[in-house]
Amino acid sequence: MTEPSVRAAPGNDLPPPRVRLAALDTLWFQVAGTVCNLACNHCFISCSPTNRTHEMMSLAEVEGYLVEAVELGVKEYYFTGGEPFLNPAMEAILEATLAVGPANVLTNGLLLDSERCARLRALQDASEYSLDLRVSLDGFDAASNDPIRGEGSFERVLNGVRNLLAAGLNPVLTVTEVHGVSGTEAGKAKFFDLLRGLGADKPRLKVLPVFQIGSEAERGGAYESWQKLRAGEVADDGWEHLQCSSCRMVTDRGVWVCPILVNEPEGKMGETLSDTLGSYPLEHPACWTCHVYGVSCKT
Amino acid sequence: MANRIPEDAVEKARRAAERQKLTRHRGLATWGEKLVPLERFRKAVDEAGTALNPEERADARQEYRRPNSEGPAPEAEGPYRRIAVFGGVYNNHCALAALLEEAHRRDAEAVYCLGDLGGFGPHPEKVRPLLEQGAVKTLQGNYEESLASGREDCNCGYTDPRDNHFATLSYRYTEAHCSPEFKAWMGTLPRQRRVRVGSRELLLVHGSPRRINEFLFFSSAPAAYFETLLDQHRCDGLLCTHTGLHWHRRLPSGRDAVNVGVIGRPANDGDPRVWFSILEESRNGIDVELVPLAYDHQGLAEEMRREELPEEFVETILSGWWTTCLEVLPPRERAASKY
Repeated sequence: MTEPSVRAAPGNDLPPPRVRLAALDTLWFQVAGTVCNLACNHCFISCSPTNRTHEMMSLAEVEGYLVEAVELGVKEYYFTGGEPFLNPAMEAILEATLAVGPANVLTNGLLLDSERCARLRALQDASEYSLDLRVSLDGFDAASNDPIRGEGSFERVLNGVRNLLAAGLNPVLTVTEVHGVSGTEAGKAKFFDLLRGLGADKPRLKVLPVFQIGSEAERGGAYESWQKLRAGEVADDGWEHLQCSSCRMVTDRGVWVCPILVNEPEGKMGETLSDTLGSYPLEHPACWTCHVYGVSCKT
Repeated sequence: MANRIPEDAVEKARRAAERQKLTRHRGLATWGEKLVPLERFRKAVDEAGTALNPEERADARQEYRRPNSEGPAPEAEGPYRRIAVFGGVYNNHCALAALLEEAHRRDAEAVYCLGDLGGFGPHPEKVRPLLEQGAVKTLQGNYEESLASGREDCNCGYTDPRDNHFATLSYRYTEAHCSPEFKAWMGTLPRQRRVRVGSRELLLVHGSPRRINEFLFFSSAPAAYFETLLDQHRCDGLLCTHTGLHWHRRLPSGRDAVNVGVIGRPANDGDPRVWFSILEESRNGIDVELVPLAYDHQGLAEEMRREELPEEFVETILSGWWTTCLEVLPPRERAASKY
């Protein structure tokens, strides 16, 4: 008897493909939960001052996962939220992380006063691994940024970037393509100029597509039903461009497949990293965005 | 005009919407695009996913670190007492000639090249006879993979338009100046070799054992990562190149991870010399020496100008500072660079 071929079944009845974890290279921490001091219109997990879908993580919780991560040979660590620097343990968490590997923090830049930037510089200097900071901005000026990120945020972000640069830390400016022009050559050139104007002699930039989930679904429209992946569309070993083949995301409530799906209970894979070393079905429409646009949340 | 909405009403509505955005989650969780009671989301989360017991977790971790292949490890070349290893020739035949002399002077029993023969410098065809003359055992790098398979770029994956511009110029020059025979030969090169130095078995790769174009920098590739990789590949040391920056990390287990450096361009340190590695058996296992190499860099620069290669590349050869393709550097390595 021959096995029935999944390719033979009609389109929408096909099961979702499963992505195997090729290697656990990147470990994310939802270190500030979904708590943020901004409530950006395009936030794909709708973070805000009152969003407690995920709570902040303690130093002890993070350390437990770091022990397991070292045993599994994790290559790099990323911290996000919400706003990571709202977490009072954040600097201690970075110190613990930088003892075992490189750390990346995704911040909105609002809490980067010059004292904190000096402490971050000291943390970096004390480690043999890199500390990288990514600061989010969504426009070249207040008129294009603030309607997305909140009133007065443009000037406050710029101030944070200035403080980082003054401390000798060179952040990556992270821009989503909320405004179509941001990802064009001309758009990138404008952001590079903006950074140079703030004192960056080696400006760094990352442009991200928007995910049509969370607040962004209300702002820009949700997914259409056809935006789904089906088994057989790509060879089983053809998923290595997807970050879920090499990452996991830790929150206060367990381990998720990736940073995008933390507001979906189906995105949760287990309690410890060891529970999550198997494969994951690409069921969610956001998986379609990752596949089609080759998205990686990494720097 | 009838039914005109007063401007202050618009402003009031905008402020109300803003307030709602900040407070709407009180007692509620975001479940996809819906708001649901916090307890409902948490209950669903508590029931989701796999929860292994402690023994199963230990087994899962052990299974993850298990060697990638069953049976005995592939046969290793050697054993040698001393080898010279380098990567990234980037058409720099002047440095390659100097390297071969230096390896001979240091009594290396074998010489290995970890790939990336082309790009950046002049006259790619001058490299091949030198490799043959020095009996250099060569691996395939991403450059060779691209040239042999007819790719349109070097597969370094730059996103900065300026980096891409120079990477493209460099690739097109090499592609146009390589014979079809040379390209076909590149396609026959192995992607990995196992080499024994004394009692240590080393895995030689271009980028990493996983990907030919993976960048392994000192500040972004931690000890734990290499320990797992060496377990999975059953070896005592890993030798790689690809990044252009040399380093050596002695791991807690006593094993070694080495980026052997490149001889095609300087190491972004303001010194025109280039770097390679000598590995030698010792009483405690293995000694790793990272070696700076002086060569006729002025002569190379003149040749590059005659070939009308970008002045930015010539500047790097003369000054020791990289002028392009800097975006891939982690923050620590980028901070140490001039540009």
